[in-house]
Amino acid sequence: MTVALFVPCYIDQLYPDVAIATLELLERLGVDVAYPDGQTCCGQPMANTGCETDTAPVARRLVDLFADFEAVVCPSGSCVSMVRNHYAAYFDPEDAKFQHVTSKTYELCEYLHDVVGVTHLDVKFPHRVSLHQSCHGLRELRLGQSSESMTPRENKVRKLLNLVEGIEWVEPDRPDDCCGFGGTFAVNEADVSAEMGRARIADHCGKGSEVLASADMSCLMHLQGLIRREKNPIQVMHVAQILSGRPLGAA
Amino acid sequence: MLPIVQHPAAAKEFVNDPNRSRWHDQALWFVRSKRDKQAASLPEWEYLRETASGIKTHTIANLSHYLQQFERNATARGAVVHWARDAEHHNEIVLRILRDHKTKRIVKSKSMLTEECGLNHYLEDNGIDVVDTDLGERIVQLRGETPSHIVLPAIHIKKEEVGDTFHKHLGTDEGASDPKYLAEAARGHLRDKFLAGEIGITGVNFAIAETGGLVVCTNEGNADLGTSLPRVHIACMGIEKLLPRQRDLGVFTRLLARSATGQPITSYTSHFNGPRDENSELHIVLVDNGRSRLRESETFRAAMHCIRCGACMNTCPVYRRSGGHSYRATVPGPIGSVLSPTRDQNSYKSLPYACSLCGSCSDVCPVKIPLHHQLLAWRGELVGKKLLPVSKRLSMRCASYLFRFPALFRLVGRVGRFALRVLPRWATHNRLNVWTIARELPEPPKESFHQWHRRHRNH
Amino acid sequence: MKPTLADTDARQGILDRINTKHVDVPPLPDVDVDRVIQFDEPIDKFVEMLAMVGGQAHQVDSQGDVRAVLEEIEVFRTATRIVSLAPESIAGTIDATQIEDPHDLSTVDWTIARGEFMVAENGSIWIDGDTLPHRVLLFIAQYLAIVVPRSQIVSNMHQAYERIENFSARFGVFVSGPSKTADIEQSLVLGAHGCRKLQVFIVGDL
Repeated sequence: MTVALFVPCYIDQLYPDVAIATLELLERLGVDVAYPDGQTCCGQPMANTGCETDTAPVARRLVDLFADFEAVVCPSGSCVSMVRNHYAAYFDPEDAKFQHVTSKTYELCEYLHDVVGVTHLDVKFPHRVSLHQSCHGLRELRLGQSSESMTPRENKVRKLLNLVEGIEWVEPDRPDDCCGFGGTFAVNEADVSAEMGRARIADHCGKGSEVLASADMSCLMHLQGLIRREKNPIQVMHVAQILSGRPLGAA
Repeated sequence: MLPIVQHPAAAKEFVNDPNRSRWHDQALWFVRSKRDKQAASLPEWEYLRETASGIKTHTIANLSHYLQQFERNATARGAVVHWARDAEHHNEIVLRILRDHKTKRIVKSKSMLTEECGLNHYLEDNGIDVVDTDLGERIVQLRGETPSHIVLPAIHIKKEEVGDTFHKHLGTDEGASDPKYLAEAARGHLRDKFLAGEIGITGVNFAIAETGGLVVCTNEGNADLGTSLPRVHIACMGIEKLLPRQRDLGVFTRLLARSATGQPITSYTSHFNGPRDENSELHIVLVDNGRSRLRESETFRAAMHCIRCGACMNTCPVYRRSGGHSYRATVPGPIGSVLSPTRDQNSYKSLPYACSLCGSCSDVCPVKIPLHHQLLAWRGELVGKKLLPVSKRLSMRCASYLFRFPALFRLVGRVGRFALRVLPRWATHNRLNVWTIARELPEPPKESFHQWHRRHRNH
Repeated sequence: MKPTLADTDARQGILDRINTKHVDVPPLPDVDVDRVIQFDEPIDKFVEMLAMVGGQAHQVDSQGDVRAVLEEIEVFRTATRIVSLAPESIAGTIDATQIEDPHDLSTVDWTIARGEFMVAENGSIWIDGDTLPHRVLLFIAQYLAIVVPRSQIVSNMHQAYERIENFSARFGVFVSGPSKTADIEQSLVLGAHGCRKLQVFIVGDL
């Protein structure tokens, strides 16, 4: 079975190492991975702005591109949620390609946990780590239990990171408050967005975390921008980088 | 009401005053944490939400039947039921009742509906003195403001400011800011108002179709004091407040206070079945004001489930930082951002975008309104109505083209990364690039993943 | 007040608008009582929750014990204007049934009311309006005591509404703790507009 790697636009252009780490991790776990040429974006920026006619052709392209693969794996909860939960608006519900792609697109941690069933990783990361749970991973893909919800769910991201030797967990006061990225929200509501991000960073830093880890690089791009501006003593890393054995500071 | 401006501009002052916005954020987070504790104490929490949502879906679908059943039963119990088309009509009806009784002194307990209808201003313009008796509402009333939260009307005001207001209006000691002292002063001040009140106006939390009864929930006891002294009680409610059966209250009284303030129930959950006695009157004003139109929308109908608990405000990371007044609407926060554009799309077009789509509101909502999905849906509607600024519309059109042509996408990416590397800082980090006002741009890598992949995996 | 033509039109207009838009009606769900919390020791839970909402519980064997407990409370000892609706427990100093205008009760210090039953999950007590000569008694007294039979308790609000399914009084209220406000900086203050404190007597022989 061949799995397609879907690399979101901003990871491709700005954080290639996250994609490399994802690819290497999947290969090391014996997954047959292909990287279909011609991929760009899931269409989320347009969709979240409400520009449906601008989203439709982008969504169509993605579905056509990935239709022949048995599964699609992507290191971004937000983009996966776009495909899984929001593509219905752009397709005929009977469209076989659409049905296949939306039901077989996985967020990386979800894929490793649910499909591959990873129970062992020969990786060390001897650092104090705190988890930033991205909203879409948490509340749209249910990679864990959001703090508002009383439905018990296991936390797939944390469970995978627990396979890494040496991680010392640091718990922020607020386990899943939004970081304020929100795509175009970060620019539309720049003041509120920055203030939300600062609060997250202060919470994680205040607990002595060295590494703010997340399965969504878009949140981290925003937080990293603030951290570097304000020179906070903390670094960001994508979960794929930690799982694949990158040292501290890879992002 | 403050003039309508776009949310980012309206939020600026509040959010950029860290003392205030962080204090506000903490206060609301504290309330949300109390809610979490109460919700977690009930193993059936999610089952209750599911059931509440089911009851509301049923009721709103069958609304005409339940409204008429309610009217029949309330009338049989001696209440007078009025129907108001819109805010203005509601205000007229209330004024007519007041004039009929030749009264000028009104004690009012909390009602977001009368806020929505602008009743206070209307009555004041007609020479009638309205005293808001909920402490928070009284504070904002004395300050000439509007509530910034539907359950915690004065959450944006610091105790020192309350102290100043009370010093000016109630004669408390100058500089006194102890909440206990201030609340005691308000108690004395409002007791006089209660004793002098000629008519009591209240909101309604739930109206029961099968009994014709009303339920009002308060902690202060103001709705009860305000209706058990005067002979006339006017209860104002939106038509969505109905529940079919009295036993449905079991579900809703368990959810309401826990979601709102993290209390297991409000101090007083009062059930009014008709007027107090043969010599008293109960007037119930059923208000539409856009609700029957909202019901017609498949996408937004579920917003009529709202029981006005305010949990979505407490949890909303944007609301907590920007304050309720930044929404410029009677109901702020996520539910307000869904409801306000149904009234006036142009004035409230920025509200559906005042949201990071984090989804916390949808998970916290006791009646399972898919709030963040509705906010997203609103954006589509607004774009369809050409209410998105042209610059944003165009940038999305450009992005769409870029993403449809991979070669172009790669080229633009390459140029962009190169530019980021070679351009001086002032050219990339400036006020024109909104991203960089508070943040650094990512450090551009030399190659994209696509380039790396070609070099290393030979495809 | 007579409705005007505009009012009648509004009623028809609202109903017409609703009736024009048909919406499929899903069944009305009922709560499965087996899926909701029940307490093995509901009295203990009630006492715990009452304390949480700011009230005080007193468990006494008989009605005759109520007075002694109240006498321990300073604001009761010094009180002169007491309305008792539970004369078997304690006598009052004012006969509220003889008072016509509720405003005349504005200086009542204490009301001793009768509760029908307790709800363990939230520390509330159901008071039937028919037991009140004036409903304002519950809200206007500076202090409130409620006498409730020990045997009368339910675990949750679903059971509570089952018990009052056919209540016919014009008024009824669940009282949970004293009146309170947190409207100033979320600081909890007991004694907003209603009673400042709430004493609940859980009586064995009532």
